[in-house]
Amino acid sequence: MAIRVQAGAFDPGAELNALHAANVGIGAVVGFVGYVRDFNDGREVAGMFLEHYPGMTEKALAKIVVEAEQRWPLLRLEVLHRVGALEPGEPIVFVGVASAHRQAAFEACDFVMDYLKTRAPFWKKEHTSEGPRWVEGRQSDKDAARRW
Amino acid sequence: MKLDVQYFARYREALGLDGERIEGEFVSIAALRERLLQRDGVWAVLAEQNIMCARNQELCSLDEPLFDGDEVAFFPTVTGG
Repeated sequence: MAIRVQAGAFDPGAELNALHAANVGIGAVVGFVGYVRDFNDGREVAGMFLEHYPGMTEKALAKIVVEAEQRWPLLRLEVLHRVGALEPGEPIVFVGVASAHRQAAFEACDFVMDYLKTRAPFWKKEHTSEGPRWVEGRQSDKDAARRW
Repeated sequence: MKLDVQYFARYREALGLDGERIEGEFVSIAALRERLLQRDGVWAVLAEQNIMCARNQELCSLDEPLFDGDEVAFFPTVTGG
């Protein structure tokens, strides 16, 4: 199980392929990629800065990963999250889950993203057409996390 | 007790401070927050209902007890992903 928090870019396709490599027991791989959009909440977004809490970030992600492994029979799970300056179109986050059958992979991927959105210490600051602004947490994310 | 208190994101900007050492006796994070709210002006940002906190880098509630040497963090709702 892998957790990476990094400033550099990554290739989602390569991450997805690597999940399956050298394990022919894997029958299903589910991947989620989150991207920076160029428009949010009524404003054009020229870029963003992702702040985090070094130390806690890795611990919080590890805790989520362990919980997913306890709930579903997973063969591999990778969480990769970028920090620092990002431009529209760039991937921010990758969650890849491998299991023998699809249901566990689909559900675990959904779970990890819901928990990451509400429990991992990341904060987005957008550079918009009307100046910088901190992205506010959404109630819909909290509601989604409560499903589990 | 001595605490290492940290502030993140919008709170860090509003306070103009990313962290500080605080000495005193606090039964809980809520008690520490009450003390900080007694400071003037910008510190009112910590009165927000949606405030989140962590003790020793683990999310917790404001009721979490504190001990000497703890690292405490206050931050707004997280927005990663």
